[in-house]
Amino acid sequence: MGFALPSSPLTHLQRLEAESIHILREVVAEAERPVMLYSVGKDSAVMLHLAKKAFYPAPPPFPLLHVDTTWKFQAMYDLRDKAAKAAGMELIVHHNPDALARGINPFDHGSLHTDLWKTEGLKQALDKYGFDAAFGGARRDEEKSRAKERVFSFRTASHRWDPKNQRPELWHLYNARKNKGESMRVFPISNWTELDIWQYIRAEGIEIVPLYFAAPRPTVERDGLLLMVDDERFRLKPGETPVERSVRFRTLGCYPLTGAVESEAANLEDVIQEMLLTTTSERQGRAIDHDQAASMEKKKQEGYF
Amino acid sequence: MTSYRPDALIASDISAYLTLHQNKSLLRFITCGSVDDGKSTLIGRLLYDSKMIFEDQLASLEADSKRVGTQGGEIDFALLVDGLAAEREQGITIDVAYRFFATEKRKFIVADTPGHEQYTRNMVTGASTADLAVILIDARKGVLTQTRRHSYLAHLLGIRHIVLAVNKMDLIGYDQSAYDAIVADYRGFAESIGIRDFTPIPISGFRGDNITGLSNNTPWFAGPALLEHLEQVEVDTEADRAKAFRLPVQWVNRPNLDFRGFAGLIASGTVKPGDAVRILPSGRTSTVARIVAMGGDRDAAGAGESVTLTLADEVDCSRGDVIAAADAPPQVADQFRATIVWMDQNDLLPGRAYWLKLGTQTVSVTVREPEHAIDVNTLAHVSAKTLKLNDIGVAEIAADRGIVFEPYADSHDLGGFILIDKASNATVGAGMLHHALRRAQNVHWQAMEITREAHAAQKGQQPRLLWFTGLSGSGKSTIANLVEKKLHAMGKHSFLLDGDNIRHGLNRDLGFSDADRVENIRRVGEVAKLMTDAGLIVLTAFISPFRAEREMVRAMLAPGEFFEIFIDTPIEEAERRDPKGLYRKARAGEITNFTGISSPYEAPENPQIRIDTTKETPEAAAERIVETIMGTWSPVI
Repeated sequence: MGFALPSSPLTHLQRLEAESIHILREVVAEAERPVMLYSVGKDSAVMLHLAKKAFYPAPPPFPLLHVDTTWKFQAMYDLRDKAAKAAGMELIVHHNPDALARGINPFDHGSLHTDLWKTEGLKQALDKYGFDAAFGGARRDEEKSRAKERVFSFRTASHRWDPKNQRPELWHLYNARKNKGESMRVFPISNWTELDIWQYIRAEGIEIVPLYFAAPRPTVERDGLLLMVDDERFRLKPGETPVERSVRFRTLGCYPLTGAVESEAANLEDVIQEMLLTTTSERQGRAIDHDQAASMEKKKQEGYF
Repeated sequence: MTSYRPDALIASDISAYLTLHQNKSLLRFITCGSVDDGKSTLIGRLLYDSKMIFEDQLASLEADSKRVGTQGGEIDFALLVDGLAAEREQGITIDVAYRFFATEKRKFIVADTPGHEQYTRNMVTGASTADLAVILIDARKGVLTQTRRHSYLAHLLGIRHIVLAVNKMDLIGYDQSAYDAIVADYRGFAESIGIRDFTPIPISGFRGDNITGLSNNTPWFAGPALLEHLEQVEVDTEADRAKAFRLPVQWVNRPNLDFRGFAGLIASGTVKPGDAVRILPSGRTSTVARIVAMGGDRDAAGAGESVTLTLADEVDCSRGDVIAAADAPPQVADQFRATIVWMDQNDLLPGRAYWLKLGTQTVSVTVREPEHAIDVNTLAHVSAKTLKLNDIGVAEIAADRGIVFEPYADSHDLGGFILIDKASNATVGAGMLHHALRRAQNVHWQAMEITREAHAAQKGQQPRLLWFTGLSGSGKSTIANLVEKKLHAMGKHSFLLDGDNIRHGLNRDLGFSDADRVENIRRVGEVAKLMTDAGLIVLTAFISPFRAEREMVRAMLAPGEFFEIFIDTPIEEAERRDPKGLYRKARAGEITNFTGISSPYEAPENPQIRIDTTKETPEAAAERIVETIMGTWSPVI
């Protein structure tokens, strides 16, 4: 990012970057065993880039953790391995053995899929490696209950979040002290909006998964979502035939649960342009939110990120 | 209504638009008002008018407005920002929420804090990072007690820009004289508490008057509209750049032996390679060599930026130190006067040790009994022995070592602090340092000719404090006595402090209330510390029921010198033994505040040594303790 001379005011991206780097360093200074949750999406990409800047010329002094469901897009796995290598960081991939053994999948198991692979998988991985601080790429503008979450979010020994018992955060002071067994989730990009993320990706030239850009892809339309047939495991219903459409994704998750949007925006600026002119919010493409009002808050209390 | 999403430019030249918007500045502000002042409606309106509301959100907003709205079926903007499920049911916001919107000139972060009576702590939290405060007043009600409280808190937290938004103007027919009367009333109050300047604006959050542009309903109002004003005011980081350079060191970056970078967020001033700097508290000087950044070294940097510096000399510098302009360094002191806002259900306990975190420094402090508390409704000084949740008071603070600081009025980053409970780790308070106490600045430690190392070396031992804790009758004194005999036989120099030789002399003025128990242990700790300075192995046998006090004593001593020894005897067993008949008296109600019966005992979580007296004889326990202690000895050179 081109830095202004000290005489001119900092831009919003410079201030956001400075705040995020401060948070990343504070955790590394105070936690015993931090880890960065890396989901391969654009927010993760920005968070990883900030970590590289925070500790340059050293590599970030913590590993990356991908809590995998085995159902992500192939393009995500490709970038995940490449990005970890480029950053010089250890990559830990965790699969919930219970979900693996039971063959939990998004076609047969509905919300159990998210619950077992992601929520339970995350708790297992944090316990297994003894991580006491996990960076996550959540943003406060994503959803109403996130707007009130702290930057340093404490979880009990059983990983529960108590929205009524959070520590106040004043100035740039974060209280990272905790008792044995307790852990914290830390959100360095809490104050970034979706537009900030896109602007920063553009300004810094950060590599993101090509699925964010429009390309002809095999898709089927189901329950109002446009789903991509990413591999042979996709179960077509009677009468369904994959149709090639020019689509892109605004958010990335498990491919059978992530809706695409029809688009011709094949580069970064076109994507931002579409985003700015669009009229629906980012999370609309995620099936997880459609369950009930305040569903995210409930999931968070249970330990979902 | 002015549109803040210039769709035309986005559509025609996205690249130009993005370049334009990359250079926006950032303003953080807080909105404060009473429950019904229309705060959530105003924020919802700002989001709506800056087109931060998408169609799907709007659809659900319209549906919600019909279902639970309070605006008779019209769009209820408040529903956009009332987040948590519990709050939605109660219809009030109960915590700090952060919202985001942007115009062509600025990105805004809004801290939405509740105006509800018991939530001083939330407003203080939101105000701590704000460049500006919007104080909302219901035009029908005028200046209320809560208006005064919010204004006082905004001023206390050092917010430089105050906007008085007189809301619901539509409900008083946009009456100029009523508006002028409210502004005059507020001006009188504002001046009385030291607010020199504020910007009054007549608005209607519900109708959108004077929000994005001037309203035809108030032709008598010359402006600015709320958003225009928010776009223009100077943000704090700009003002901070004009001050002397300060970088609280957050992290020392040592990827290899050839590189040592000092990373942190610049609190104030600017820096460039070649600048002379002084490292506090040591006072050593050096010169900035590089400002290291991914993608190439920087020529200069300033307040509000996270940087990594290297210095020209190999000087000692670690987390908690402050790198400052060599010719204008900040002060170092260990005793202060401060204003404290209490944020915890458990009251402040004067004399108890808390962690104080300021910048990147964390030190152990005790807070004295408050000089006074402040009634936030009347702003009167009232006497107080402690501070309860949401209380604000002025008190002296004593730290166990010097802190690099500046008065809060000069630097929020080096004058603002939080207090952390040592047992629960909760953030229990926040405060603002005003000045160092004269006695702290003038009474310097007498540099001792005979150092503690010399005392210890002469005795051929390393100082230790063996802290026995456990219930009354658990066997602390018995085992401690055996340990001391063994040490004595080995030619070690020791001393045993217990209830008998302390309670009858030094601490005979103390009773058994929680506050007295805290003071009892503090004094014992101080005496034990002096004895370890003299090179002795000190043994103490006190119930010492509170974790926080034991941790306080640990923090007083050099690392590794404090050994917590938990004499773990179940209360049933201790009561069965009852060597002094105390349990019987306590059960009979003849003794109040008796640990284990009418007063809590907080067992150690990770004692160095735990003795289960139901499984181990006193002799065996003493033997094991001596072995453990001797095992940690390193040879005296």
